[in-house]
Amino acid sequence: MEIETRLPQDEDHPLLFEQGTHGASAASMPVSDVPAIDRASVVDPELLSGNPPEMPEIGELDLVRHYTRLAHRLFSVDANFYPLGSCTMKYNPRVNEKAAAMPGFASLHPYQRESDCQGTLELLYRLRNYLEEISGLAEVTLQPSAGAQGEMTGLMIINAYHRSRGETRTQVLTPDSAHGTNPASCTICGQQSTTVRSKPDGRVDLDDLRSKVGTNTAALMITNPNTVGVFDEQISEIAEIVHGCGAQLYLDGANMNAMLGIARPGDFGVDVMHFNTHKTFSTPHGCGGPGAGPVGVAEHLRDFLPVPQVTRRDDGTYAWCHDREKSIGKVRSFYGQSGVLVRAYTYIRSLGADGLLNVSQKAVLAANYLAARLRHRYHLPFPPPYAHEFILIPKFDTGNVSELDIAKRLIDHGFHPPTMSWPIQHCLMIEPTETESLPTLDAFADALLAIADEIETDPEKIKSSPHTTPITRMDEVGANRRPNVRWQPNVS
Amino acid sequence: MLNPADLKYLESHEWMRVDGDVVTMGITAFAAEELTDITYVDLPAVGAKVEAGKEVCEIESVKATSELMSGVSGEIVAVNEKLADAPELVNDDAFGYGWMVKIRANDLSPLEKAMDAGAYEKHISAAG
Repeated sequence: MEIETRLPQDEDHPLLFEQGTHGASAASMPVSDVPAIDRASVVDPELLSGNPPEMPEIGELDLVRHYTRLAHRLFSVDANFYPLGSCTMKYNPRVNEKAAAMPGFASLHPYQRESDCQGTLELLYRLRNYLEEISGLAEVTLQPSAGAQGEMTGLMIINAYHRSRGETRTQVLTPDSAHGTNPASCTICGQQSTTVRSKPDGRVDLDDLRSKVGTNTAALMITNPNTVGVFDEQISEIAEIVHGCGAQLYLDGANMNAMLGIARPGDFGVDVMHFNTHKTFSTPHGCGGPGAGPVGVAEHLRDFLPVPQVTRRDDGTYAWCHDREKSIGKVRSFYGQSGVLVRAYTYIRSLGADGLLNVSQKAVLAANYLAARLRHRYHLPFPPPYAHEFILIPKFDTGNVSELDIAKRLIDHGFHPPTMSWPIQHCLMIEPTETESLPTLDAFADALLAIADEIETDPEKIKSSPHTTPITRMDEVGANRRPNVRWQPNVS
Repeated sequence: MLNPADLKYLESHEWMRVDGDVVTMGITAFAAEELTDITYVDLPAVGAKVEAGKEVCEIESVKATSELMSGVSGEIVAVNEKLADAPELVNDDAFGYGWMVKIRANDLSPLEKAMDAGAYEKHISAAG
């Protein structure tokens, strides 16, 4: 396979500030008909800069070409396979966007009267019910605007519950296989997180759990299936141990993609969980944009859910209900990110119950298929079967090639690198998701096997990769030790 | 990787050299290699109080952020100023020029629980 070709458009090109000619502009502004005044008469002269700022001077066509060239460099799941473990980079079906763009959803104002937005309220109510059914929990709030905010909301609910029983519990247990946000959420809520060890097979060490749980434990925050791709089937026993001390079981639902329609957290002892709609229900991934982290709770915690809650009146109309005396209050302005929730709803409705079950079955099959194809050349530290993702470790006698080098070389093959060096040292964490075809999975496995061969024949090529990208191997050490973070204009 | 026999070690991969009541601390060569290239050590102020088992400062590398945990309680009496401009000293010479802090200890008894070089080598081979 010839993968070393660089095209002219791959070459680096100047910044917007470095292009154009003096006086060029992408817009012709009319002459101002507002009388000019002396700036110094309205702004303290000491605050005025003597010189106007350096701004790009460029015509419209060159401007368009600049951004089009940059757009061609985007790496996205629409263009390439993106097996980023723990992130569930599944394809986001276009129909989600079509639904979210409908004017009845997209043009709503947050202060619109209830009677004017019955359609959106009905959608939110139904989505709430679907998530309750999927999780097996009593009630769901759609208000939190991200998974991490869902974690905080969940812990606040748990703390309110303990307080209502006259208890203050400050310790939160997190297994070492949990998501990194879990201990961070404890800290945000003013609690201390204590790590519970895992056994070599990736399951929670129950003896360690028993030795650490106590009457000061507010909750155990568990990710199941966990970050090494293993479903911990001791979960009901774990729930018993935790409940035995009066603590609550919190499930980080980041990995729900492995168990839709297969297992319900409410059935295996979970008291609170959050969903990541961008992982499980194909809403767009982050970049700091709008997100949603719905939270579900068991019956005994319903009183503490945030307000307002979307409800259905007896006459069939929908309303915001603020009536919940023990509520932790609002956790976000208005009612969360309704545009994202429309997409999640659309996804659930387009697939239906059978379709969602099929999603998880295929996600699990894809991960186990890749693991089976790679196990003869790569070390799999945790024994199969896996859930939706798995971990491999490059162990080779030659070349001193690291997981970073393999990740970089995968870019030359057109694949986004998997998650690296987490949650255990030197690993790659691979999550193919259900949306990839068999030929794509095979091409990815072939690439990793070709890299394994190359480690033996030409390790230098891997250590200097990627070779096909506009920018090749970065000097990460130099960039970190001596960062150059300010662009300066060329003085001419 | 040779772990000097005259040092004490913690499970969290710090080494300690004891000289009277002053304990010099750094991270082991194993820890430095696992972190890969160190890019920044957030050194504490001289005079700061530290507590055994608690964080002294953060250590950033290309790969991760980690902490230097104190083996004793006491007061910082010196920090390795050279690391501000040359954090690579930790990678190049973890047990020597890559030292991080000197602590005047209130109490040396926590050191009784620290490992010697042989025990530390067993500890890292079990972890690796």
